[in-house]
Amino acid sequence: MTEPQFLVRATPHLSGPESTPKIMWTVVFSLIPVVAVSFWFFGPSALLIQAAAVLGALIPEHYTGHKGSLRDGSAVITGVLLGLTLPPGMPLWMAFLGGFFGVAFGKLIFGGLGQNVFNPALLGRAFLQAAFPVAITTWPSQTGSWWSLRGDNFAWPLMSPQVVDGSTGATPLGLFKFEKQSTEFLDLLLGTTSGSVGETSGLVILACGLFLALRNYLNWRIPASICATVFSFSGILWLFDSEAFASPFFMLFSGGLMLGAFYMATDMVTSPTTHKGCWIFGAGIGFLVVIIRTWGGLPEGVMYAILFMNAFVPFINRKTQPRVFGQAPPEKRGLPFMKKGGQA
Amino acid sequence: MKLKDFFRNGVHPPEMKELTASSKTRRIPFPSEVVLPLSQHIGAPSVALVREGDRVERGDVIAEANGYVSVPLHASVSGTVSKIARGPHPNGSFSPAIFIKVDQFSAQEPRPRMIPDWHDLDTKQLLQAIQDGGLVGLGGAGFPTHVKLAPPPDQKIDVVLLNGCECEPYLTTDHRSMVEYPHRVHLGTRIMMRALGVKKAILGIENNKPDALEIMRKTVPSDLDIEIVGLNVKYPQGAEKMLIKALIDREVPEGGLPMHVGAVVQNVASVATIAEIFETGLPLVERILTVTGRGLNKPRNLIVPIGTKLRDLIAACGGLADDAAEVIMGGPMMGPAQGNLDTPILKGTSGVVVLNQAEARPEAVYPCIRCGHCLDACPVFLNPQAMGSLGLNMEYKEMQTDLHLDTCMLCGCCSYVCPSKIPLSHIFGVARAQLAAEARK
Repeated sequence: MTEPQFLVRATPHLSGPESTPKIMWTVVFSLIPVVAVSFWFFGPSALLIQAAAVLGALIPEHYTGHKGSLRDGSAVITGVLLGLTLPPGMPLWMAFLGGFFGVAFGKLIFGGLGQNVFNPALLGRAFLQAAFPVAITTWPSQTGSWWSLRGDNFAWPLMSPQVVDGSTGATPLGLFKFEKQSTEFLDLLLGTTSGSVGETSGLVILACGLFLALRNYLNWRIPASICATVFSFSGILWLFDSEAFASPFFMLFSGGLMLGAFYMATDMVTSPTTHKGCWIFGAGIGFLVVIIRTWGGLPEGVMYAILFMNAFVPFINRKTQPRVFGQAPPEKRGLPFMKKGGQA
Repeated sequence: MKLKDFFRNGVHPPEMKELTASSKTRRIPFPSEVVLPLSQHIGAPSVALVREGDRVERGDVIAEANGYVSVPLHASVSGTVSKIARGPHPNGSFSPAIFIKVDQFSAQEPRPRMIPDWHDLDTKQLLQAIQDGGLVGLGGAGFPTHVKLAPPPDQKIDVVLLNGCECEPYLTTDHRSMVEYPHRVHLGTRIMMRALGVKKAILGIENNKPDALEIMRKTVPSDLDIEIVGLNVKYPQGAEKMLIKALIDREVPEGGLPMHVGAVVQNVASVATIAEIFETGLPLVERILTVTGRGLNKPRNLIVPIGTKLRDLIAACGGLADDAAEVIMGGPMMGPAQGNLDTPILKGTSGVVVLNQAEARPEAVYPCIRCGHCLDACPVFLNPQAMGSLGLNMEYKEMQTDLHLDTCMLCGCCSYVCPSKIPLSHIFGVARAQLAAEARK
């Protein structure tokens, strides 16, 4: 009998059906409806912005990331997600820079995939918000045909983009904050408002997010916790004074809350690993969103809320270690970070 | 019928039991040589009594128990001791073993012996007979049965749990034991209950074995309180702690044993061997074994002498398929891979699985993305993600003190679900071995 060379591998010899590239690419493909809707509402500008952001994200990953790390799809997610959070009229070079910054300084300097503390897409957006505060809060509305660009997308780098007077429309949150105007709930649900490219249609994002949650590619506890907190906290305020405070439904479906709750906060790398931690993480984001939107200087606070809570993730993980099988009740144990028991 | 399962978490690997589930166990011609390692159980290895050139008959004692937590070893074939030397052991080492050249003209009849009637024996004699029979758990760990049946007097045992889960994919050893030898399982249970002074037994069978459930229910003696429970299929339900949780909802304390919650767990194949020594008088010299996998031409269930080499088993099952890639002793989740086909099966070897190339394909490893799937899979609620990153930095001490490394059963659920294909349970095994080596210094 001629014997083949046998493999001698570590146990277990079987491995499950999931793989990291499969998760990443499924997230990318789940965003197709969101991208399609953004194209429908904002025309070619929406696709241009996202293409620029993706390109910006891919370049540092290709040149300085681990070999072959483009194939795992994580840089594409960062680019698409960043693109979805930008206004349609933004100059493309800024979107490119945002993607570049997000991946290079949000992920690669920490050591690449899995090592980053902050969500790279949001870090890229935070950078743009700090660097170009005007461009990122200019919300041009459709002036010409559907095919026309929604702003000066092709402005040269470091030149001020030309803005046609009177063609800007504020976002629902901006309208509410600065002019005390509320928006029709149906418009918020369908996305027929002004706003960032991909954040306007709450319904489509909800459907795509649910798909991912069913596949167990995102932890449903995070969006559930964010939405429940935002709804109840803003609901209490609204019951207290329905004139001064926005209604909870408005809070849920305006701005980037849905996109943030389902796609940004649930980034596996920058969210807690324990179930209990996910509830706490989501609740923290929800509170911060309502606080920033209601009392902060900005109309929108999802980005800062998530980035802020990202910083707490290692701490939350440590505080919410599951109770180990057969472990004595917590009082009898001396380990300081094991005080709270029970995997939720 | 209410189906139980042990708790949250756990995994569902493909069962693959259909390859051999309906194959009746059969004997194969005796091989030309068997290898009997002296260390086949937990505890001190047996001490060889024979010398090179000695003639032995099937069932003769060839090595005696070395202390209380140890059992004797018996010749599994009639023949001549060809050498006593280091030989391949399934754990990957070369360890002392007795090689017996099989007498091709022998009838392989054991010597006539007196078979004691177990009714007449008191507990002490019963346990002695079980130790003399060389009985250990057949599920893999190989814990001596007589030790399990003699808990310290301050531990009150109130229930015997019989493990018919066989949660490892591919294996059908326990399944066939139940289907073909239900009376032995029941008799073995009766003897165990007598030895422990327990009135109640519960047999847990995963419901992917409906025939076993039916036969065991039909054959249970009317005077014996054996409850037969169908369990949802889930790996690792056959682990002692998980089975106790599933059947009687008690949690074995950390670092504790089943007896600390008043239970004794034994798998059904081992229970059947208890009955066997009082039925045939023959000690543990052969066992039921599943030889299976898509890398084999004819997977089947066999009854083979202990010490049969992998090579002979594979030959008896139609030989290797063209794309055979990996030979595993035990189940594919926890059994070690074998590189040497001269390795013999032990008393505790519950199966031989040959994977083909498609199943054994090496997968690309990615960095941990902290998805937390391993936390959702761990049946003992550890944090494999945090332990894995500590382990890769060789911070073994912290894994033990902060993250309960010692509670890990190395069941492999975390590695199975990991999308980045990080060999988590392997890292934990290495960490444990390293800590044990440091402690010995």
